[in-house]
Order: sequence, then structure tokens, then C-alpha cells
Amino acid sequence: MATTEARTTYIGAPVERKEDARLLRGETRWVDNMTLPGMVWMAVVRSPYAHAKITRVDVSKALAADGVVAAFSGAELADEWAGSLPCAWPVTGDCHIPQHHPLTADKARYAGDGVAVVVGESRALAKDAAELVEVDYEPLPAVTDVGEAIGDSAPVVHDDYGDNRAYTWPLKNGDVDRLFSEAAVTVKEHYRQQRLIPNAIVPRSVLVQPVLATGEYTMWSATQVPHIARVTLSGTTGIPETKLRVIAPDVGGGFGSKLNVYAEEALCLVLARRLGVPVKWTEERSENYVATIHGRDVLQEIELAATAEGKITAVRVRLVAAMGAYMQLVSPGIPLLGAWLYAGCYDVEGYDFECVGVFTNTTPTDAYRGAGRPEATYAIERAVDSLAHKLEMDPVELRRKNFITEFPATIASGLEIDSGDFHASLDRALELVDYDGFRRDQAERRGRGDSKQVGIGFSTYVEMCGLAPSRILGAIRYGAGGWDAATVRCLPTGTVQVLVGTSPHGQGHVTTFSQIAADRLGVPIENVEVLHGDTTVIPLGMDTYGSRSLAVGGVALYHATEKVIAKAQKIVAHQLEVAEDDLDYAGGRFTVKGTDKSMTVTDAALSAWTAHNLPDGLEPGLEDTAVYDPPNFSWPGGCHIAVVEIDTETGAVELVRYVAVDDVGNVINPMIVDGQVHGGIAQGVAQALLEEAIYDDHGNLTTGSMVSYLVPSAAELPRFEVERTESPSPTNPMGVKGVGETGTIASTAAVMNAVVDALSPYGVTDVEMPAKPERVWRAIQEGGAS
Amino acid sequence: MRQIEISVNGESHSAEVEPRQLLVYFLREQLGLTGTVVGCDTSSCGSCTVLVDGESVKSCTVLAVQADGRAVTTIEGLGSNGELHAVQQAFHEQHGLQCGFCTPGMVMATVGLLAESPSPSDDEIRHALEGNLCRCTGYVNIVEAVKAAAAA
Repeated sequence: MATTEARTTYIGAPVERKEDARLLRGETRWVDNMTLPGMVWMAVVRSPYAHAKITRVDVSKALAADGVVAAFSGAELADEWAGSLPCAWPVTGDCHIPQHHPLTADKARYAGDGVAVVVGESRALAKDAAELVEVDYEPLPAVTDVGEAIGDSAPVVHDDYGDNRAYTWPLKNGDVDRLFSEAAVTVKEHYRQQRLIPNAIVPRSVLVQPVLATGEYTMWSATQVPHIARVTLSGTTGIPETKLRVIAPDVGGGFGSKLNVYAEEALCLVLARRLGVPVKWTEERSENYVATIHGRDVLQEIELAATAEGKITAVRVRLVAAMGAYMQLVSPGIPLLGAWLYAGCYDVEGYDFECVGVFTNTTPTDAYRGAGRPEATYAIERAVDSLAHKLEMDPVELRRKNFITEFPATIASGLEIDSGDFHASLDRALELVDYDGFRRDQAERRGRGDSKQVGIGFSTYVEMCGLAPSRILGAIRYGAGGWDAATVRCLPTGTVQVLVGTSPHGQGHVTTFSQIAADRLGVPIENVEVLHGDTTVIPLGMDTYGSRSLAVGGVALYHATEKVIAKAQKIVAHQLEVAEDDLDYAGGRFTVKGTDKSMTVTDAALSAWTAHNLPDGLEPGLEDTAVYDPPNFSWPGGCHIAVVEIDTETGAVELVRYVAVDDVGNVINPMIVDGQVHGGIAQGVAQALLEEAIYDDHGNLTTGSMVSYLVPSAAELPRFEVERTESPSPTNPMGVKGVGETGTIASTAAVMNAVVDALSPYGVTDVEMPAKPERVWRAIQEGGAS
Repeated sequence: MRQIEISVNGESHSAEVEPRQLLVYFLREQLGLTGTVVGCDTSSCGSCTVLVDGESVKSCTVLAVQADGRAVTTIEGLGSNGELHAVQQAFHEQHGLQCGFCTPGMVMATVGLLAESPSPSDDEIRHALEGNLCRCTGYVNIVEAVKAAAAA
């Protein structure tokens, strides 16, 4: 097909979002807004103990209460399950994946583990009656700290396994021992990635409607993964996949916490099957804190080997990663998502990584924004600063000395970075922050012993996202593919339906995908309708997580438009009585070369529908589907710089400036991309300075509400200064990369490097996260690592 | 059950409510005004913010009976004749929303703020909205939206 330079009207422009108007008017379809005739409410009775034998569950008083429809213990629902709740990523052949039923019958393994359900005529009646369920527990010693859980004398979470080790996963390249023994300088650092709670402001919610006549079930769920939920919940409940429809209507913030398949979804399905009426459950915030997955909770040891000139030669990493009490959808694999990135954007020869996954009596961990990659970036970026300190070298200079500069680049861990320019993003970020000016101010404050000290922190990063090539996922034992699908349906009226297998929850897919379709097909953006999040309407999809929606789903959409354009070209050539090669295509219009004779894709759509005059053998209709399996991961990178001011008398840290220069390839909608980066930075900054899930010795979550767990408000954050460099990805025709997680991946290290830089005159070399005032103040007093 | 008389978005309602009924559930479940949403159970997140007699309040902190005789404005009552209110329009133009869940509360809190302080500084905006949490935007464009609305 002859293609001239396409006229692009929408791609690359800050097109205002099509999603906004009804969200702003409150005309929303959150699952919790939905009511069905005859609907009943589910409430879950949860264990208050982190570890306890369940010796008796008596639901009779709850059953006798007004407005109660049903109540069941875990044992009473045991026959409902065709299988466990899904874990799709057994990372090794001997990885322990314990049985995980939506209600536990024998033993509670974390505070929040479900032990019974009550179904009532209203939300309040169900909740009232749940209080009447009697459960006898025999408390057992609990272990919530991952470092303790790996010890020989720790209480065992799953008796059958004998200890708490779930798996050991290694990755090694090169003669690392030799490189370390030959190194002029080495550093060895220990970091703790504290446990985080995702805190999407939208609680989870599920509503299941059974259709008794056909045995079909429709489940509306606040999920990121309707397609994966359908496949896996069929296995858990025994409802045939053909009879299960999953719809993700308006879904709010996920950040990975809705990239899961949860007990409450399975429970609503089997209760709807058992009771024959629609069943609904909406999470309360206090429930969210214990019943929705947590993130991070990893102990890290990282060693760097380097020459006297500061050339890093090898990296050695040991992780101990908390899984929590059970394996949720991808719990074991989260550390692996960072496993290839512990040498960062640096040209390193030797690589030695090992992760041990460990059960604890806590809420399961799983994907939280960045998932494995913020941890990796933190470790290498903090360790590089330590190395710079040891070499008495400027951290910028040390980074420049080690950057990967030629692409594609095979990195020490074995994968291939497709494109990037780490010097360019660093250059621009330094310019924006006025590095020399900052260092002068810092020196002056230090010189006069100012009580307010300032620090600057760098995070030059690269990450792998856009999950991912299916073959690679298979090789690392992930249970599904990494492809995604899109369908383009050109309707006879000139409008276009775009059906995508990704499932947005705030990312603005409707706008971004409309931009792509409108430009490619030459139709006004208002004429494009994007449908998503319904397994019956869009049967093919792998959903939204891992910054994959544009890098995989958007590319599938591009290929679907190619197919539609190719078919339209056959129709146009036939009708204009020319060869296909005689047509030029641009912006939705085919023109016969050297003439003004032309027809549009829209014209072809009408012709394809009437079918009055189609080439012999061509099927009517102008619609096609493309399924795209990416040949590589997506590799965004860049440079983030944080500037903090620390009140040395109180330990209070204020983030005064934040500069981010990201390289996410070509950009479809810069306004949306900026927004993704802003939100990501806020979450990464919050890990550095504010957020921490804390369990007491008995395994109670003491940060179990928004009062005690510090989700940042506008008052805690500055304006983020965001710019970009663009190294288009050569692996896809649009040159795009993922962006959803870059901010979170880069920012935590930048902020903590700034904190440590500010405190370096006091002999401080590390501060544990979050750098709350007490910790910072103690570090200053003790003049060393806190 | 208690009888209350309440004006919501200019419309008078006479309703029977349980004494423990929160205003937010009265709005959502009895009046079907689901634009106002619930994000937490500790009055922390502000997603349920509405105006009561022109002042922004968290409707999960107010009992329906406490709103007896008052005038309540929810997100559904903000625009007029199908047009977005200036604050809604500014959130749209400045990309001050992503998933949109906190947005009705954020918009109502902004309307309340601008009624008290028509041209707030960045710092004032950030502190005034301290009781409204957003996990998507990092607040950068929310602050821009409030400033744009103030200038409109």
C-alpha cells in the first residue's frame, strides 16, 4: 500500500478528555451506584487474629436476625469451590502456592482473613448481623516481619511446608565473584522497602446477577482485569467460562490493587448461584486496609563492584520478599518484575540476583504501582550515591561515567533495551534545577550552620513495562500471555467503534485511543466510540496493568486500523477502477495518484455495508481485529531530581522542588502523559516521606485507616516540574512506550538521595523509609544510619 | 424513623429516615443521587463533599436528620442548562481529574473555597483542599484547575 505522510490532527496534541463531562457531572457507573431488583448484600466476617485455629463457627444468631437471608461459615461453603483463588505466577517449579479458598475453614492466617459471610436485605442489616456470627479461635503465635519469618524459629504460616520459604529465584550472568575480587572499590548496602497500602480512593465493589433460566452470571466488578477475572473465576467457582460475563464499568484508581482476583468476587458469584438473587458487596475503607493487597515489604542487600575511576563492573543483589499469608494473582512474580533492573541504566558486566519469597501472617502483597521496579531503582540509585560518596565523586559524574549509551543495548541481566538517551534527560533536568546554583546555596547553608539544610537527589532510571512478550512471560512461568487486542468497526453512518481489550480506570484510554483511530481513519474524534471492560462485548483482552495499555493495546489498535485501511483500499480501487497501488492514502482519504479522484474510508464503510459493488470474493463489512504480541518489553527512562529542605532541629523534611525529565518515546496525548507522571511521582514521594503499613507484635495492622496511614494531600506535595525527551521505541510502528508507572519507579530514590545528601555533613549515610521527622532527627543526633 | 424536610439541588423533599442514616447514604440510596460517593469511613478522603447552605461539608460526617430544614447542593445540582459550572469546566480543561471518583467532592470543596476566598494562592489552595484526597493526579492539575476557575 502506498502511504504518504499521514495528516495527524490528534496524535501528539493535548486533546481534552472525552471521559470528563459525565464524571464531572456525577453521572457515573461505579459498581456501588448499581442496584438490581431483589438484590441482597454480602458482609464478610473477618478474623481479628493474625494467626489462629478456628475451632467453631456458629452463624445461627446471625441467621435469626431481621432481614438476614443467609449466612455461611467457610466449611459450609467448601463444596462450592472448584478450585483455589488464582495465583497465576508460580515462579519456580517448586514454588509453594497454598490452597486459598475465599473463606478459610481451618485456620486464620492474617488479621482480615475471611471466615464467614452474612447476606442481608441491606448493607446495614448484613453488617449488623455479621457482628452476631460467633467464631471460636485458638490464637497461635504470628509472624509479620519478613526478616523474622525466614528464621528457623519463626511461627509457620502454612504448616504443610515446614517453614515460611515459598521459593528461591536466581538470575546470574558473568563471572561476578571474579569481578568483585578484582574490584578496587565495593559498596554493600541494606535497604528496607516498607510495606505500602495502595489506597485507591475508590473501594472495591462487586455485584453479581444470576440468570437462572440459562445458568449465566453477569459480574460487575471494580477491577482492572475483567478478562483475567473471567478465566480464573471460572476455575474457582466451576461456572463455565461461556456462562460468565465480567463487566468493569466505571472503575477508579487501581494502582495494581485492582489487578487481582479477589475472594469477594468469588463469594458473590457462589452466593448468587446458591441464593438465585443478585448479590452485592462494597468494601469499606477499613476492610480495604486488610482485604485488598498490599505492596512492597522487601528487604534488600545490594553490592556494587567498581574500578578506582568509578566504572561499575558488577552488581550482586539478595532480596527477601514478603508474600503475605497467601499467594494472590501475581504475588510471587512481583520481585521478578524488578529482577532485571538492579543495574539500572548502567553498563555493567556481571549480574547476580536472588530473591527468596516468604510467607508472613499479613495481608498478601501483590502489584502496587511500579511492582518490583521502584524497589530495583531505589536500590541501584541509592547504592550509586553510596559509591559516589565512597569515591568522593559527584553523583552526577559517576552516573555519566556508567550510562548505557548505545542502543539497542543488551544489559547485564540479559534483556535488551530498545532505545533511550540517559545523558539527554539528565542534561535537561540539571538545567531545569540549576544544579550549580543549588550546590552554591547548599555550601553557603552548610558554611553558616543553617538550621535548614538542603539536599539534592538524583534518580536516573530505566524500567521495563508494557507487559510483555508472551514467550518471555512463558519462560518465566507466568500463566498468561502478554498480547492484547483491538477491533475497529467502521459503521455505515461514518462512525467508528473501537473495542479494546485493555480496561482503563482513570488513564484516559477513551481519549487516547480515539485520537489514534480518528487520525488513522480520518474521522472526527467525536465520531469514534471506544468500548472496553466487558468480556461479552470484547472477548479478547488482557486488561490494564504494568503500563501496557498504549504500548500493547494501542499498538494492537494501530494494527487493526491498518487492516481496515487495507480492506478499504480494495473497495476504493475497485470502485474507482484503478489498481490498489495507484492509490495514495492520507488522513482517511484514498486519492488516485496524479488526479483529484478520491474516496474516503468512510465512503468505503458505507459501500462495505451495502455490498452493492464490492470486488469479487470480498466479504461485506468493514471491521477487523488485531492481536498484538509485543516483541520486547517497553523501556521508558529518564532523570528525576528532588530537592529537599530539612529542619535539622525537628527532622521535618519538605520537598521543595521536583523536576522530572522522562523519555517515554512518542507521545499521543501530552496532557494525559503529564498527568500520569504527576500521579506516579506523588505515590513514590509518599513512600519516601509518609507512608508505612505497621503491624504490632500480635499481627494487628495499626495503620488501618486514612487517619493513621498517611496518604498525601495537596498540602504535603509541591508542584512537579515535568518535561520530556523523546527516543521513539523502534519495536512498534507508533514509537510509543509505557508511562503509567515511571513516576513511582523513579521518584522514591530521588527523594531519599536528597534526604541523605542534606544530612551528609552530619555523617548520615542512610535513613530508613519513610523519612519521618523522628527518624531524620535521630539520624542527625546519632550521626549515622538510623 | 424521623421525618425531615430537606431541599436538595433546589427541590424540596419530605422524607422518612432512620436516625442513624448518614446524609451521604440518604442522597445516594433514598434520592438516587449517586454522584456523591463514599471513599472512606473516617471522614478523611472528602469524596462525599457537598454544600449545605452554601458551605462545603463531608456528607459522611452529617446525619440526614441534621440536614433537616437545610439546603443541600450536590454535584448533580452544580451546572445549569446542561452547561458545566465554571469549576467543572476548569477541572476538564486543566486535566484535574483522572478516574473521577474524588472529583465531585473535589469540585464541591473548590466551590466552597472560592465562595470564601475568590482568588486563593497556590499555598492557600493546597491547604484548603487538605481534606480531599486524590490518588491519581498528584494534585498538580487540581491546583491549576482551582486557579483557572478562580480566574474565570
